[in-house]
Amino acid sequence: MNRRTRIALFALSAAGVGALLLWGLAGLPSFGDYAGPYGDLIANLAPPQRHIANAVTAVVFDYRGFDTMGEELILFGAASAVAMLLRETREHDVADIVDRVRSDATNAISLLAALAVLTVGLDVVAHGLLTPGGGFQGGVVLAAAFLVLFLGVEFHVYNQVAAPTRGEPVEPFGAGGYIGLGLVSLGLGLSFLQNFMGIGTFGRLTSGGSVLLVSFSSGIAVAGGFMVIFNEFLQENMAARYGR
Amino acid sequence: MTYLPYALSVWIFVCGLYGIVSSRNLIHITVCVSVCQSATYVLLLAIGYRKHGTAPIFSDMPTRGRTIVDPIVQSLTLTDIVVSVAVAALLLTFALKVFEHHHSLDPGEIAGLKG
Repeated sequence: MNRRTRIALFALSAAGVGALLLWGLAGLPSFGDYAGPYGDLIANLAPPQRHIANAVTAVVFDYRGFDTMGEELILFGAASAVAMLLRETREHDVADIVDRVRSDATNAISLLAALAVLTVGLDVVAHGLLTPGGGFQGGVVLAAAFLVLFLGVEFHVYNQVAAPTRGEPVEPFGAGGYIGLGLVSLGLGLSFLQNFMGIGTFGRLTSGGSVLLVSFSSGIAVAGGFMVIFNEFLQENMAARYGR
Repeated sequence: MTYLPYALSVWIFVCGLYGIVSSRNLIHITVCVSVCQSATYVLLLAIGYRKHGTAPIFSDMPTRGRTIVDPIVQSLTLTDIVVSVAVAALLLTFALKVFEHHHSLDPGEIAGLKG
């Protein structure tokens, strides 16, 4: 099939799909008038019942915690697949490539920036039950801290800090922790991932009980998954750039 | 009656599909897949939106008597974003592998991908 026929066929079918989608969506309530019985129910229940101020986090790690486990395992599977596919055929070791950024000022500032990003990441994970944030968002920020080292200091330092041998166990540790917390709930005779600790005082850092631990373990898993992905692409890039 | 945000999400989705169908580069296709996924975020967030609604976060406001937007669709969007990044990384890896084997990223030139 040549390009022109393909696009002509696409125009025809896209018009059909678009019309069907628009027709289906026209049955929704007007924008801004959503009745949302479930959203209201959860938003009204989460603070008194679970002592979680952020209803979005309450849904992700408590009411819908089991689904989130599945999404974490998707991330785990994707990161493992990236690592397996790229590492299998990489011909050369990149451990001795330095790739230094030639400016002492940039190096020093980047080192500080990496620490700052790491702190922000931990802060976002820790306050996930109180303010916007949580394991997913914080985990991505944590992984980005290591990228700052690569961008502003040198590849060698990045590779030392986030080396596969050190970075890789992080993700299974987080994902395993997530599942482990669910199993602890089961072992105590509760439902899978049900809160098994005191829910604390509303609005405090320690409120939410074991849901906070679930958020932390997902933060560790997400950070680990992204570290694996960044690591593989960076190593691939270095091996290609230095012609080995 | 406003349906513009829903129509916008359909438009973004169809744009992404057009990119996938007409693309001459596997990396470009990966970006187009992300565009299609973004359409679902716009749709989800548009469904949950309420006029004069605030974020469903109660750390500094009373827990009752406020109009809030739907937290469920927001949490779906949140996990979806992380997963979409992981999928994009996997697709880019496939593109890299295809380039290693065929020395081309154009799906039209790669015999095994001809459709």
